[in-house]
Amino acid sequence: MSVNELFKRELKVINMGLESFYEELRSQDVGTIHVDWKPAAGGDKKMASLLGRLKGL
Amino acid sequence: MANFIEAANRKALEIMQNAQPTLVGMGVAKDVVPGMHKKLVMHAGPPITWEKMSGPLRGAVIGGLIYEGLAATPEEAEKLAASGEIEFDPCHHHQAVGPMAGVVTASMPVFIIENKAQGNFAYCTMNEGLGNVLRFGAYGEDVIKHLKWMEKTLYPIMKQTLEIYGPLDLKSMIAQAAQMGDEVHNRNKAATSLFIREIASSIVKTDASKEDQVAVFDFLNSNDHFFLNLSMPAAKSAMDPVGKVKHSTIVYTMARNGTEFGIRVAALGDRWFTGPAAIIDGLYFPGYSTDDANPDIGDSCITETYGIGGFAMATAPAIVQFVGGTPQDAVNYTTSMYEITLEESVIYKMPTMNFRGTPTGIDIRLVVETQILPVINTGIAHKRAGIGQVGAGIVNPPMKCFTDALEAYVELLESEGMLG
Repeated sequence: MSVNELFKRELKVINMGLESFYEELRSQDVGTIHVDWKPAAGGDKKMASLLGRLKGL
Repeated sequence: MANFIEAANRKALEIMQNAQPTLVGMGVAKDVVPGMHKKLVMHAGPPITWEKMSGPLRGAVIGGLIYEGLAATPEEAEKLAASGEIEFDPCHHHQAVGPMAGVVTASMPVFIIENKAQGNFAYCTMNEGLGNVLRFGAYGEDVIKHLKWMEKTLYPIMKQTLEIYGPLDLKSMIAQAAQMGDEVHNRNKAATSLFIREIASSIVKTDASKEDQVAVFDFLNSNDHFFLNLSMPAAKSAMDPVGKVKHSTIVYTMARNGTEFGIRVAALGDRWFTGPAAIIDGLYFPGYSTDDANPDIGDSCITETYGIGGFAMATAPAIVQFVGGTPQDAVNYTTSMYEITLEESVIYKMPTMNFRGTPTGIDIRLVVETQILPVINTGIAHKRAGIGQVGAGIVNPPMKCFTDALEAYVELLESEGMLG
């Protein structure tokens, strides 16, 4: 399906990341849910690397 | 050695789930608590010196020294405490726990809890009730008089009562209370009621005078928090053996001394990982505000460590009238704790969560990965010694405790050649 066709249909959106995208769609009455997602360790590279070393152990 | 962390955590969880905390009797601290002596003052949280102690902990130390007859006045007690003659050590280093300041001295009567599954013991004083009490740093004459009543009247009756009753299964009692609206940290109304009901006939069978028996019943009935000093050592007795599981990433201690928050992780043994204790977000008694509050204090978050307390808030919606928020907040707190724990309790079930088990086994990896901190509900002490409780609320440990622990854990595995 092309993008243009998608926008001709009723949109149901799952938003991840910036919450402002979710708020913007909600204000336009678009059915949207926001996923409370954060990068691993809140984006702390050192901690993410330590966690990575423990994976699968 | 693939999946050795998972295997270690499975073992730790089995120990937690199968723990059998049982109230087996009472004794005086100097006779039963390992390492207790006349000049030792045990306190809540990680280790701390007199110089760094906050107001309420200092107040409780002052009260403890007066109670022991080691000082006649608060001034004398302060001088003695600063002299180096008194040893300070965490309750946790002596198989014990104490709410708020957590001060335990040699002459104080304590509950003896045995974890029947592992054969280890835990100790805790009896709860003093609300108002002007030692655990919130009050040390006035009324406080000492009440402690003496607990030692001379309440203790002998309770000790004999428990001898008559025999071993009391705390695990079943906590499980039942959790289905009656208690999370057994800041709401113990159901558990205290169950406890009184269970031991009532044994109290009547003691050889104490009717007047003293009535005084004991009245005291127990007036103090909804009486069971807290049983739920805490029950949790402590369940968690201590977890601290011996090699390579497990599960937190087996969380505790605060009013200055610092500390955690201990199974794989890392007795080592504390600390950060500054936070100011509590909560409901304040009339006339008080956050300006009056001491930072977070007490060993009572051993309940959260065990998967009850704040982790079981959903089952205690009424608690929000004490600690703030709405019943939905209570559900949200519990729900979020599943993100940082490895299992659900097989015994502590919550009707409001469709009988789901409470979140059990905090994994430092999950806390760091999700950035979700354990939720603790707690009393708030006034920052100045001698005043007491000014409110109750919700608090979290500092993230630093968990990131430092994770770093130390990786270092440990590196030193053992366990990392590729």
